[in-house]
Amino acid sequence: MSIILDKDSKILVQGFTGSQGTFHAKQCIEYGTQIVAGVTPGRGGQTHLDRPVFNTVHDAVRNTGAFVSMILVPAPFAADAIMEAVDGGCSTVICITEGIPIMDMAKVKRYIQQVERSGREITLIGPNCPGVITPGQCKVGIMPGFIHKAGSIGVVSRSGTLTYEAVDQLTKRGFGQSTVVGIGGDPINGSSFSDILAKFEEDDATDAVVMIGEIGGSAEEDAARFFKDKMTKPVFGFIAGKAAPEGRRMGHAGAIVEGGAGTHASKIKAMREAGITVVENLSGIGEAVAKSRKPLAA
Amino acid sequence: MKLLEHEGKEILKARGVPVPPFGGLIKTTAQVQAALKRAGKAPWVVKAQVLAGGRGKAGGIKLAKTPKEAKDLSKAMIGMNLITHQTHGQAIKVKELLIEGGVKIERELYFSVVMDRKNAGPTIITSAQGGMEIETLAEEHPEAIIRMPVDPNVGLRDFMARRLAFQLDIPATHTAAFVRVTKILVKAFIDLDCSMLEINPLILTPKDVMALDCKMSTDDNASYRQPELAKLKDHEASALEIEAKAADISYVGLDGTIGCMVNGAGLAMGTMDTIALAGGSPANFLDVGGGANEERVSKALNLILKDKKVKAILINIFGGIVKCDMIAAGVVSALKKIKLKVPLVVRLQGTNVDAGKEILKKSGLSIIAADDLWDAAQKAVAAAKTEAK
Repeated sequence: MSIILDKDSKILVQGFTGSQGTFHAKQCIEYGTQIVAGVTPGRGGQTHLDRPVFNTVHDAVRNTGAFVSMILVPAPFAADAIMEAVDGGCSTVICITEGIPIMDMAKVKRYIQQVERSGREITLIGPNCPGVITPGQCKVGIMPGFIHKAGSIGVVSRSGTLTYEAVDQLTKRGFGQSTVVGIGGDPINGSSFSDILAKFEEDDATDAVVMIGEIGGSAEEDAARFFKDKMTKPVFGFIAGKAAPEGRRMGHAGAIVEGGAGTHASKIKAMREAGITVVENLSGIGEAVAKSRKPLAA
Repeated sequence: MKLLEHEGKEILKARGVPVPPFGGLIKTTAQVQAALKRAGKAPWVVKAQVLAGGRGKAGGIKLAKTPKEAKDLSKAMIGMNLITHQTHGQAIKVKELLIEGGVKIERELYFSVVMDRKNAGPTIITSAQGGMEIETLAEEHPEAIIRMPVDPNVGLRDFMARRLAFQLDIPATHTAAFVRVTKILVKAFIDLDCSMLEINPLILTPKDVMALDCKMSTDDNASYRQPELAKLKDHEASALEIEAKAADISYVGLDGTIGCMVNGAGLAMGTMDTIALAGGSPANFLDVGGGANEERVSKALNLILKDKKVKAILINIFGGIVKCDMIAAGVVSALKKIKLKVPLVVRLQGTNVDAGKEILKKSGLSIIAADDLWDAAQKAVAAAKTEAK
């Protein structure tokens, strides 16, 4: 097994016919992902990349049975797209778009909470993330597929290229990945580290987890608490941003130390005290995993 | 983006929040007289317009009882270097002063709205203990802090504002004004896509509720829909940062000597950390972006070189969507136009890495190649140290 995505997952793409949507959907299809539909308002009935295009998510879900949406629409329309995906019946929404106003995400969160109170379970990944990949089975996102390898290490991260760096180190040392999840760099996002750790803990295919955090907020501290209380599988943690000055936003809207909260030191301390193996050198992630585990036969 | 006190107050005033009588924004002592006249009768308050909090204790806010006193204070304050507990030991030069008429204060409250990650939305933080820094208050009197999450779809309703008024022990004479003003503040926070709006203190005057100070910061992601804010200058960004932003490059200047160019914000931070771990210091944070092309690479390289502190450059690219050969071509074409005087270390990995390495090798340029990030950081640190000698 794996988490969030597997070989049977059927995907629809919102923003399918745009340049970003076209480029990345094509890459996903080449990887073997079952992209079964696209949504672009006003282009319903057309065919794009040999897939049917629908006007609404509602139509796409009913006609194709896709329950996972990948969102690649521009930031001003992305919050609306997430809500449309949920309203249309998708249970998993993976939003790649970066630069969504934070207030929009606050509204999206409340909308999803409301829907969940009616009994549905929604998994939102992102926004501002590379997506999710279950190597060898399904890639929904913008990550380079070829650096991944199927295996038993779960990876969860707030950053895109930093994740590629970690995955590359794992693959080169013979450690494949069960699923790699980018939860995104925004201050308000869908799934938290704890949400994903919980899924990895339940997943038979995952033996250990690499968690890549960064400065700002308290998601890593919360994850450390979750690890201590609920997890049996080992977790290796790295936090980016030790050299970043306080009060300045480091690219990601969420990567900012404010009023002394969300510092590198506080996250490292929380993780260490909880029993997470802390990796200080970014280049040493693969090595840290290798030290404590035997690689699978390559 | 962070707004100065007078900018925030002007926005709030237009929305109906009472603020002290405005005298003027002055840059020279010659402007004091007219400002005092506009502000009304004595006393007056002279306030340094800088972004950092904690100005009062640091001498950035003074009360003047006579015009002469106001002039003397202004003279001393214009050009002064202000160090507050929020400037991290660095001095900020005061360029502008705000002159306001003094107001009668019956009580001081603390009131702020923040975008709270935990509640995933706006949250009001308020306390009857006004005037104190919230950090100090949180440490010394955590029980005196009231927090109330606000649904951005609903805003602050009358009953919620009334509940706060009762909790803060606002006298019945001022309840209506408190409800009116706090509702405007929360609405402004939501409408303007703020990430923080702090009024410290929010005061009770004999008849009304008034914002004596204003600290506002807004979400850059939402600037496309905020014409009111688009007119304002970004006071925090340096000239280089503004230039970078125009080129769609995320750049933050730092104090070190190793200039970095990286794709992706997380990896850019990770690269800075690795440089520090290898014994060096990064000169900047620079994310060249996911859609980097030759032109942007060349622009980024130019930006880095404009920083005179830079003694070595480290380019760290993990090719995903961005292809290593394209980056390499960008570097080579940029270096044909710029004469590079400092050593350049390049680490390429990911999509089309071999083709990228080949381009660099064939260019004949003196580029130090590195295999992994740790190797690259060590080489850059060593190069910067040699260069500094």
